[in-house]
Amino acid sequence: MSWFTRALNSSIGKKFVMALTGICLILFLVIHLINNLTLFGGPELFNTVVKNLDNIKPLVRVIEIILATIFVLHIFNGVKLWWENKQARPQSYAVNASSENSSIFSRTMIYSGSIIFIFLVVHLRTMWVAFNFNPDVHTNHTYYEYVSAAFREPLYSIAYIIAMILLGFHLNHGFQSAFQTFGWNNKKYFPLIQKVGFFYSWITAFLFALIPIYFLSGGGQ
Amino acid sequence: MIKLDSKIPEGRIQDKWNIHKFNMKLVNPANKRKYEIIIVGSGLAGASAAASLGELGYNVKVITFHDSPRRAHSIAAQGGINAAKNYQNDGDSVYRLFYDTIKGGDFRAREANVYRLAEVSNNIIDQCVAQGVPFAREYGGLLDNRSFGGALVSRTFYAKGQTGQQLLLGAYSAMNRQISLGTVKLFTRREMLDVVLVDGVAKGVICRNLVTGEIEKYSAHAVILATGGYSNVFFLSTNAMNCNATAIWRAHKKGAAFANPCYTQIHPTCLPIHGEGQSKLTLMSESLRNDGRIWVSKIKGDMRDPNDIPEEERDYYLERKYPTYGNLSPRDISSRAAKEAVDDGRGAKGQEAVYLDFRDAINRLGENVIRERYGNLFEIYETITGENPYKTPMKIYPAPHYTMGGLWVDYNLMSTIPGLFVAGEANFSDHGANRLGASALMQGLADGYFVIPYTIGNYLAGDKPSYVKTDHEEFNKAAKEIEDMTNKLLSIKGKRTVDDIHKQLGRLMWNKVGMARNEQGLKEVINEIKELREEFWKNVNVVGDSNDVNQCLERAGRLADFLELGELMAIDALHRNESCGGHFREEYQTEEGEAKRDDENFAYVAAWEFKSVGEWELNKEPLVFENIQLATRSYK
Amino acid sequence: MNTNKLNLTLRIWRQKNSNTPGKFVDYKVSVSPDSSFLEMLDDLNNDLESKNQEPIAFESDCREGICGTCGLVIQGHPHGPIPRIATCQLHMRNFKDGETIYVEPFRAKAFPIIKDLIVDRSAFDKIQQAGGYISVNIGSVPDGNAIPIPKEVANEAMDAATCIGCGACVAACKNASAMLFVSAKVSQFALLPQGQPERYERVQKMVKVMDELGFGSCSNTYACEAECPKGISIKNIARMNRDYIVAKIAKEEVV
Repeated sequence: MSWFTRALNSSIGKKFVMALTGICLILFLVIHLINNLTLFGGPELFNTVVKNLDNIKPLVRVIEIILATIFVLHIFNGVKLWWENKQARPQSYAVNASSENSSIFSRTMIYSGSIIFIFLVVHLRTMWVAFNFNPDVHTNHTYYEYVSAAFREPLYSIAYIIAMILLGFHLNHGFQSAFQTFGWNNKKYFPLIQKVGFFYSWITAFLFALIPIYFLSGGGQ
Repeated sequence: MIKLDSKIPEGRIQDKWNIHKFNMKLVNPANKRKYEIIIVGSGLAGASAAASLGELGYNVKVITFHDSPRRAHSIAAQGGINAAKNYQNDGDSVYRLFYDTIKGGDFRAREANVYRLAEVSNNIIDQCVAQGVPFAREYGGLLDNRSFGGALVSRTFYAKGQTGQQLLLGAYSAMNRQISLGTVKLFTRREMLDVVLVDGVAKGVICRNLVTGEIEKYSAHAVILATGGYSNVFFLSTNAMNCNATAIWRAHKKGAAFANPCYTQIHPTCLPIHGEGQSKLTLMSESLRNDGRIWVSKIKGDMRDPNDIPEEERDYYLERKYPTYGNLSPRDISSRAAKEAVDDGRGAKGQEAVYLDFRDAINRLGENVIRERYGNLFEIYETITGENPYKTPMKIYPAPHYTMGGLWVDYNLMSTIPGLFVAGEANFSDHGANRLGASALMQGLADGYFVIPYTIGNYLAGDKPSYVKTDHEEFNKAAKEIEDMTNKLLSIKGKRTVDDIHKQLGRLMWNKVGMARNEQGLKEVINEIKELREEFWKNVNVVGDSNDVNQCLERAGRLADFLELGELMAIDALHRNESCGGHFREEYQTEEGEAKRDDENFAYVAAWEFKSVGEWELNKEPLVFENIQLATRSYK
Repeated sequence: MNTNKLNLTLRIWRQKNSNTPGKFVDYKVSVSPDSSFLEMLDDLNNDLESKNQEPIAFESDCREGICGTCGLVIQGHPHGPIPRIATCQLHMRNFKDGETIYVEPFRAKAFPIIKDLIVDRSAFDKIQQAGGYISVNIGSVPDGNAIPIPKEVANEAMDAATCIGCGACVAACKNASAMLFVSAKVSQFALLPQGQPERYERVQKMVKVMDELGFGSCSNTYACEAECPKGISIKNIARMNRDYIVAKIAKEEVV
């Protein structure tokens, strides 16, 4: 092993990978969200945006590969840490007062993360696969029509909204936690980081969730 | 009769230690690793000795009954550590610290030892700073000092109210460094139960492994006991639950003289007793007396709330009786004054307590300043009593806290058993009949860092002690005796619990060998202790077995020793027909009720030699004062 | 002083040794509200002893909240439900009459149970031995005032150094992580000028041993800080993370 892999295999190293990949994903979500919000601009705007992205396919592919790597690292490391951490306490307490000493968001990262992962798989299948390989959608550039139809499906939309709430959970802890892991915690700026994290998480989750709500409640007809 | 040779070096007091350091034999560096040294106890004295001896290259084994060396009771010292740095430019010097300590000890300490202590005090501060001990600082970044009882200069260095903790962690870290380098080996959860002597020389110890119950043998070229004091003979004291006299007592029974057992310190500022179930007493740092004023009502049986008692009806008795030192009078004097007030029926709300009031200090300095100085102490007080000391005066009362007596040692800190050294509170050497505040930490570290490392080298190079393996018959014999004693304790199966008997002993000691003693009481108590000891050996119930964790057995063994030591304390107190420091005999007081010393007849160290249980022979080491004139101690 | 006694049920973990499985046993007690939690256990043990039953093994020493020996998980909280105190400072006035109180040992793979409520915390010593010191020899040091240290830095170092090594952080953490404990010592020395020469070596050594001893890693739930009897700040963990990352990226690697 080189110094690099040794460092990444330490407890702090693994946390560092979680934090770094997490921050990358947080940035990705911002871009993804801006893209999504163009749905509110109607079919023309949205379809043009997606079409433009399609025009720079090679670049998008490279970014997608990087993104996938980040996702894999984040998920793999997260599950690994969860499993190792479970081993550190073979026998659990009869009474647990964790709700009085820590936030629910921080204790449920593996659960919120897992559900977001399931959502991600479904989401990739319904959206990414369709956008890239469904001849109807891809060739005819009827992205907007496809998306709005999907979101008018109540089951799908409600699942989507639940996933977004959990995304809020996950981000609410993850955002500030990443900075703590980097060691950027001091009494002056850390409260600000926590506030920014809080607003970012819930605004992001809300805006993502707004889209299915919009279509479900008859918007974009 | 033991020959007590104090081995005080020749020369002026200022030169003695230097001359001695030069005259002492040195061990060839290459030979150091061939020597094994056992240190029992991991407090300030033990840990610092382990660190410095390990650093010199000796093979050190540290034995402690704690789960970690950092638990040793040095950790609980709150106030600070003295040093003659004179950083405050208030006229301090090595000589003044020496003088204050001799005077504070009521002229019952050895001059040469005390001078050496004052001399190395400055090195201790330097050492601790270099180790990363976070002493309090002034705004300019330099070390801060506070004043303490028994001194008119500010020479006490402190780290919040946790100085003992920080100094111990410093020594612990220095020892950890040696552990990582392999020179020190650590044996935790092992209680030393005997010293092994071969041809009269200390060669090792016997321990009980507190987890497996196994009796273990350890051999070495020299043994250092740094096992602390014996205040827990009183059951209720500020000492930690597990503090005990077993190590020094078993050494005493093997031939080490026990010096001045009756010199016990009753600390004036402890929390009062809440009831029967009380397990120990909590100390409030003496530093509180810097800003707090001590008082009781002028009216007997005054049951009013303290805040309802007007200024003119308050008796600030320390300020009244001792205007120069006032609330900063030495511990023995303050404690006795509190007892007098309570005996006079003027205790706080009729309890055994007096008030320690911060009202004036808060008015003068503001609550924030007081919070910064004593915040954590105030929190402790509120946690325990449920009362807010910023609003209501604290209630305090004296409690047994420190024992100046201990195993007799010469200038080299060696006991009357060759090869057996004693450091820290476990020895008797530096505090005479009364210890000044912030001097215990100083002594523990002085012994461990700066004295023992030299003197043990002198012993090893001079006496060239042989090494005896643990299969030697003396080891087997000692181990067998311990096993027999363990089996005996477990087989009594009587009716009374260990704590029950210990509490009874504690009450006897507190009532008759406590703050004030008299001939009749002492004579009575000697018999009462004998009876109680007999009852213990007939009627104690030690539950459980010997091959497992058995805390009941641990406590029983310690109590067995306290039941012998208590008697010796009373015998010593009875023989010393004078009052001095922590030893106050009601028959010997001035008209104003102050201690009356008898320098003509009692200016000596009483070193008791064990003959058989309940039988001792007195040996005297005369105390010679060449530098400081014997005078009546006055803090008026 | 309060004379009304509290009647309580104590549900206490009993376990013969590390190889035998343990279980909860109920004890009824009547206790003064002025009594401390451990004094209540003393009393109970005294009762058990007089009935010739084996007392409950638990550890305590100074009973002033500074030695770090005591440590019970009471109602799911290390050191009990009152913040910023050690078990020995917990007083019964904080409980209600008729309550059932769960008393468990600290639970962590790195802290094996020795008996009943006693656990083996020697792992903490091993971490300290790995690098929790400043390498200076006795005697060869400059004057104490030769190194001025800003008051606030000294105070911050002191706050970190206040750690009593009780292990409540490990007991509270859902991952049984020792990060708060380790970071307190790393921070103390990282803040002080005396600690600079070994700063990056120290953090690597201590984290390495911590990892080897079976503690979990930090999830930033901050339960450790909430339950710490001395209120050691999680900023120390951040400082340790930072030093560790810097050490691994830019300094000599310690393997």
